[in-house]
Amino acid sequence: MAISQEAHTVKQFDIQLANLRNMVLEMGGLVEDQIQSAVAALDQEDSNAAREVIARDRIINGLQVKADEDCVSIIALRQPLGSDLRMIMSLANSVTDLERIGDSAKKIARMTLQMYEGVSSQPSAKLLRDVRPMAELASRMLRDCLDALARLDIEKALTIIHNDDELDQEFQSALRRLITYMMEDSRTIGHAINVVFIIKALERIGDHCTNIAEHIVYLVEGRNIQQRRNIDMDAASTLAHNEAVKE
Amino acid sequence: MSTTVLETQTALDQALQASTAPRHKSSVEVTDYNNRQTVGKITVDNPKMVCRDVDVFYGAKQAIKKVGLDIGANEVIAFIGPSGCGKSTFLRCLNRMNDTIASCRVTGQIMLDNEDIYAKEIDVVQLRARVGMVFQKPNPFPKSIYENIAYGPRIHGMVNTKAELDELVHDSLERAGLIKEVEKRMQEPGTSLSGGQQQRLCIARAIAVNPEVILMDEPCSALDPIATAKIEELIDELRENYTIVIVTHSMQQAARVSQRTAYFHLGDLIEIGDTDQIFTNPRHKLTEDYITGRFG
Repeated sequence: MAISQEAHTVKQFDIQLANLRNMVLEMGGLVEDQIQSAVAALDQEDSNAAREVIARDRIINGLQVKADEDCVSIIALRQPLGSDLRMIMSLANSVTDLERIGDSAKKIARMTLQMYEGVSSQPSAKLLRDVRPMAELASRMLRDCLDALARLDIEKALTIIHNDDELDQEFQSALRRLITYMMEDSRTIGHAINVVFIIKALERIGDHCTNIAEHIVYLVEGRNIQQRRNIDMDAASTLAHNEAVKE
Repeated sequence: MSTTVLETQTALDQALQASTAPRHKSSVEVTDYNNRQTVGKITVDNPKMVCRDVDVFYGAKQAIKKVGLDIGANEVIAFIGPSGCGKSTFLRCLNRMNDTIASCRVTGQIMLDNEDIYAKEIDVVQLRARVGMVFQKPNPFPKSIYENIAYGPRIHGMVNTKAELDELVHDSLERAGLIKEVEKRMQEPGTSLSGGQQQRLCIARAIAVNPEVILMDEPCSALDPIATAKIEELIDELRENYTIVIVTHSMQQAARVSQRTAYFHLGDLIEIGDTDQIFTNPRHKLTEDYITGRFG
């Protein structure tokens, strides 16, 4: 059952739902800015800009708290069902992912400060070579996510999930290259580790975008496409680990 | 109303129907519901009651249109839908309460344990002992609490001695979760109890004759939230021994107490399915619009 576009009999409910959705989209826009600002600060070796990114993370955290409160209040006061319930749950879950994406941007900013303020030598350009294309891919995924959320566009959501594989592969090859540099010249290790944290943060953004895309599919179709198989395997390995510890 | 009068009425209505049939055939309504399909699985593995092609007419007006569904043994099934959608009418078909309405005519098949309850040889009084009913407003007899419960078993000849009757009354009140509150006031009038207690008294009265199915028509709409919670808890306990069909306007209540939910709309059974599916991911637009409060 697709989402009904008709209005609720209780108009106030429509207004509350629309406000919540707008707030989440607004939060998404801010998070997108944060990623771009963080990567730009890194590019331009601009410590002040990096500090601003770190400071702005609080605004995003504040929006998350507000969105969560609004979700709870709608559940308590309106008892949403059907697509309304799925909308609330998907938005509440997406907000968590958006906040984490914000944290990733903050992490990139932190690493920037560490690289350009902490140590005397500056990182060579080749260490940072993979950051820009990965950041572009991650930003595009987030933009697509927000677009898919605004239009409830399932096809776009599924494309995002596909794109995450691409980002994961980028991450793996970037990591291999960094390892090579570190083996070639041990003086690069300090900066290379910072870069590893940065590309890991970008890779995590892709994972959170995948989650948001899954929430969108659930919202529209009521179908849970999260990879159950992986979750079960994790559970089994944890159990096996516990068994081993006991012995 | 006696069976013969009912049959005469039915025959008359059918004659009336036949004379107007050509006009009906060309009208849009008939086509509409003939093409309509119920969304969801109407059958269950372990049915207590099986209803197929049930039509109900009040005079010439059709209140239920070709409704078919199974009611599983030991399940709570909820009927939901806007006012006038036919859910109460359909509920009342299940123990032939509609027989008492002169203009009402029921066709199709309703089976209780593979026995057609509309068959000629069925004793309606016995049927209503097997398929009990609890109404919207608590309606205790204007008698003592004890007599309210004792009346049914006595007229059905279920007990031989006073001691047996005492035990049955006690047991019924216990199963309805009322015994602690009324143990010491059995001779006081049933109407002296609070609304919630009266409703549980009516449930105790229904289960005293050892029914197999209990029909509940908005059993909590006149009760406060605490009394409602007690009835809902009771419904959950009764499910072990009985099959329960509940009509409710409260979707939250349907969601809380039932395992399956059926959505009615203008006499059609639109959708039926597991309760959590109906309330989280309904398949039919009408169901979605109703449960999310989008009805114009």
